[in-house]
Amino acid sequence: MKSSRTVTIVATLLLIASLAGSAVTSNKVESLRGKEATLEEVLFLPSGNALKRLSLGYSGLLADIYWTRAVQYYGAQSNQRSARYDLLAPLLDITTDLDPKLLVAYEAGSVLLAQKPGGAGQPDKAVALVEKGIRENPDYWRLYFTLGFIHYLDRKDYKAASEAFEKGSKVPGALPWMKVMAARMAERGNEIPVALELWNTIYQTNPTLRDTAVKHIVSLQAAADIKELTRRIAVYQQKSGSPPDTWADLIRSGLIPGIPRDPTGSPYKLMPGAAVWVEDPGKFPFLSEETIREGK
Amino acid sequence: MTSRLSAITLNTFREAVRDRVLYNLILFVLLLVASSPLFGAISIGIQRLVLINLSLTSISLFGVVIAIFIGIGLVFKEIEKKTLYTILSRPVRRWEFILGKYFGLVLTLTVNAALMTVGVYVALLITEQKLTTADARLMVAVYFIILQFLMVTAITLLFSSFSTPIFSAVFAFALFAIGKFAGDLRTVAAMAHGATKWLTTAAAYAVPNFASLDVIPQVAYNQPISGSLIVYNTLYALLYSAAMIAGAVLIFERRNLK
Repeated sequence: MKSSRTVTIVATLLLIASLAGSAVTSNKVESLRGKEATLEEVLFLPSGNALKRLSLGYSGLLADIYWTRAVQYYGAQSNQRSARYDLLAPLLDITTDLDPKLLVAYEAGSVLLAQKPGGAGQPDKAVALVEKGIRENPDYWRLYFTLGFIHYLDRKDYKAASEAFEKGSKVPGALPWMKVMAARMAERGNEIPVALELWNTIYQTNPTLRDTAVKHIVSLQAAADIKELTRRIAVYQQKSGSPPDTWADLIRSGLIPGIPRDPTGSPYKLMPGAAVWVEDPGKFPFLSEETIREGK
Repeated sequence: MTSRLSAITLNTFREAVRDRVLYNLILFVLLLVASSPLFGAISIGIQRLVLINLSLTSISLFGVVIAIFIGIGLVFKEIEKKTLYTILSRPVRRWEFILGKYFGLVLTLTVNAALMTVGVYVALLITEQKLTTADARLMVAVYFIILQFLMVTAITLLFSSFSTPIFSAVFAFALFAIGKFAGDLRTVAAMAHGATKWLTTAAAYAVPNFASLDVIPQVAYNQPISGSLIVYNTLYALLYSAAMIAGAVLIFERRNLK
């Protein structure tokens, strides 16, 4: 009886100590493998089609697992700066090979693949992914919208964008503004209102991309504001012969009604040399001098 | 104590051999012999890759299947045939019985894996005409597979100490499958909030981390495996197995065998 109690005590202590020890070593193992260890698996996988045959009919589930991995890893704020974007294209390719009907992987995946910052900056690969999606899902007009969107904003190829919107507008059920988009693209230009319209549509129609859309929208709105403020500063300078020192100078001259504020509510900064910029550039990841300079 | 443990260990091993467990080696060799020239013919340039992937995956799968299907009967069979009473009437303690059975099955699986590994090297020698230093890395993958066997056997023994063979097999297979996705579970835990975070974190630590023991692709592509990963994986597999065995001993000690 006494011996049995000793065994119970020793086994209980061993159980607790081993479980605690295994948790600690497991943490160490995971830190040695790195955050991307699970994702890196895609580099060693055979083609998606071979994997589909090996999945014994569970290819849909496998595709969902790979897509969830992509969302979890690339969606995490903490990973965005140091993300292994080289793994994104093969990950999306395998996911869509396994489940060619997984529309969200084409739509949200291609935007992540195309954009930079916050993405891989590989618009050509994004185009290839969406074109694959169109081949597999020819009746889904929104993929043409995504394709046109990438051609327009990331590749600056207005002709290709116009063609994509035009083809999409012919798919039964396509919304009428696809034709409008096709026409606007044909005009060629880096138009901030058009880009805003595109991102607003994305915001309303694609919940997965809502956070990204918001970042683009505020960046574009800030770009439009800065462009307009710069124009008014030039008017002031023409009238008074010197640049304004503070916003109060512009308010007094009636060129602006009050201290201008960015879309997040913070006041714009009037910098030396009368340049305008935002208070916290981190909130506007897609705001660039190029957008302001070339934006119409 | 040592002699009693080794007696149970060796008897478990002998029983497995008598049960023709090692017959799976014939199937394995046939698989390698038949598939190597076949893959060589249809997959130009990646014959070595296919051979390594196929053989290491087979070693792992055959071993896990054996660990589970033999493991579920280790305790149950002895109770059903009433041979357990004969064993426990001798100066053998219950924990010695559990530990002896565990070591016996692990020995069977290690011998099985070792013989299969010899087969893989022979097949490599035949297809490649030579062995290189890079081929030595295969041993690391085989070592990690044996570490998986340690864990799977311990898990199966834990389940079989209180459940029926069928349910033990189902639970063990389920835990093996979940353990393969341990990395995903950790990512979910890292991103979750509130009670979900606590639950998923607890689950992530409770399930066996088989994902970190899977280095077959790296070995097939000749990528190095760090020494510290080998050390910590060994430590992890030993600690996790010890916890499962301790759990099995605790349950078996209190089990009413009348």
